Amino acid sequence: MNVPREGGGRVEAGDELPPLEIAVTRTLIVAGAVASRDYQDVHHDPEAARRKGSPDIFMNILTTNGLVGRYLTGCFGPAAVLRKVAIRLGTPNYPGDTMVLRGRVEEVDGDTAVVRVTGDNGVGRHVTGTVTLTLPREPGA
Amino acid sequence: MDDDQLHLRLKAYEGRPAAVAGVGRDPVNAPMIRHWCEAMGDVNPAYTGPGAIAPPTMLQAWIMGGLSGHEGRAQAYDELLALLDEAGCTAVVATDCEQEYVRPLRPGDEVAFDTVIESVSRRKTTRLGAGYFVTTRTEVRVGGALVGTHRFRILKYAPAAAREPEPGTTAKTKTTAKTKTTAVKPAAPAPAPATASAAAPAPASAPAPAKQSELRPRPVVNRDNAGFWAGVRDHRFLIQRCAACRTLRFPWLPGCNACGSAEWDTVEAGGEGTVFSYVVMHHPPFPAFSPPYAVGLIELAEGVRVISDVVDVPYDKVRIGMPVALEFRVFDDELTLPVFRAREGAA
Repeated sequence: MNVPREGGGRVEAGDELPPLEIAVTRTLIVAGAVASRDYQDVHHDPEAARRKGSPDIFMNILTTNGLVGRYLTGCFGPAAVLRKVAIRLGTPNYPGDTMVLRGRVEEVDGDTAVVRVTGDNGVGRHVTGTVTLTLPREPGA
Repeated sequence: MDDDQLHLRLKAYEGRPAAVAGVGRDPVNAPMIRHWCEAMGDVNPAYTGPGAIAPPTMLQAWIMGGLSGHEGRAQAYDELLALLDEAGCTAVVATDCEQEYVRPLRPGDEVAFDTVIESVSRRKTTRLGAGYFVTTRTEVRVGGALVGTHRFRILKYAPAAAREPEPGTTAKTKTTAKTKTTAVKPAAPAPAPATASAAAPAPASAPAPAKQSELRPRPVVNRDNAGFWAGVRDHRFLIQRCAACRTLRFPWLPGCNACGSAEWDTVEAGGEGTVFSYVVMHHPPFPAFSPPYAVGLIELAEGVRVISDVVDVPYDKVRIGMPVALEFRVFDDELTLPVFRAREGAA
């Protein structure tokens, strides 16, 4: 069956989602860490981060996960339901960078879509992931 | 304790609990959901108002210990982490998170969880330092019913070196990038993608300009292999040939492995070859390389082998025995490298 995409049209394998640019500010990194109750010092204390071999504080994985979730539901609308989110981190997100999230629909089976997600920053690939979500059925379908 | 002994001790923790009957510090609640959405910039209306659900990706937030620490953490996990601390792996960074959501969480849900240590890797060398990957799997329940699973992988590592405090300071840390490619012998002078220079951590809070960071690592040219690189500049792939016993050799060496003679000349490779073996690099990423990508060990028709890129074929379509053809690719003004293109119809 076909599923409507927000703004009309069907979701099909091969569809590219509109990219989402995230300004990786120090505030976002710290706010994301605290909102996810992650008090590891490398996410808020630059001195501690340097002692551990990192040039600065960096975004925690829970924030990246949250941003990937936001990206997907933002693209498919509030009725889309996240079923699985699997991410792998690469190049860290440091303050002052910009991350661009991109997505491509890999397969659509009934009302279930699998989307491959990447997030690139100025240094390289911050995140790769696969998201499975249930899309809203067409009204009346 | 050497690495193998330590790995055996670490491995004994596989299957043991990391948390037993853990309980979320707070029931799922609207204020924490709102703080999360504010931080993430998530304006999804499903997360507000009557009937609101929690953002599914918030799953782990409900089971975080926070500043007051983890409740319900099992002794086995503390022991495992202590062993790693003792081995110098005092720092931690998360690398993977895989979550499945069985049903949405709603304000008022009281979350309980159990975590098991799924696996502990062998010692790995990464850009941050050498360490061990520890994978755990958590089942999250509400009222006894499974609401989600959460697989989490961390790297516990020994920091390679502390950074200079001034932002923008050139990275002084020298990490060695030991990847799967190093297992493939011989170490050719050709472009093994993961070299120490490629693996040097990116400098600081002012990341290097993208162009700089995207340059491929330079080959190390010395008296023994200068002739090879001179050939590459002319788009010729030169194999050394022993002047005494005629044995071909690659990579370039001062003497013949077969007879010991130091006299040699060269023959130019015809360019035909096959994939003798390959690895797919997923992690860690290096500047100028975009994982996943395949690194091939190519056997030339002349019989010698070289490590190089297999190009014009998706990384997951590279196969042992695949026929390839030599070509020279210009990566930047100063760098030309021999690469191998999958021959028509090979993939």
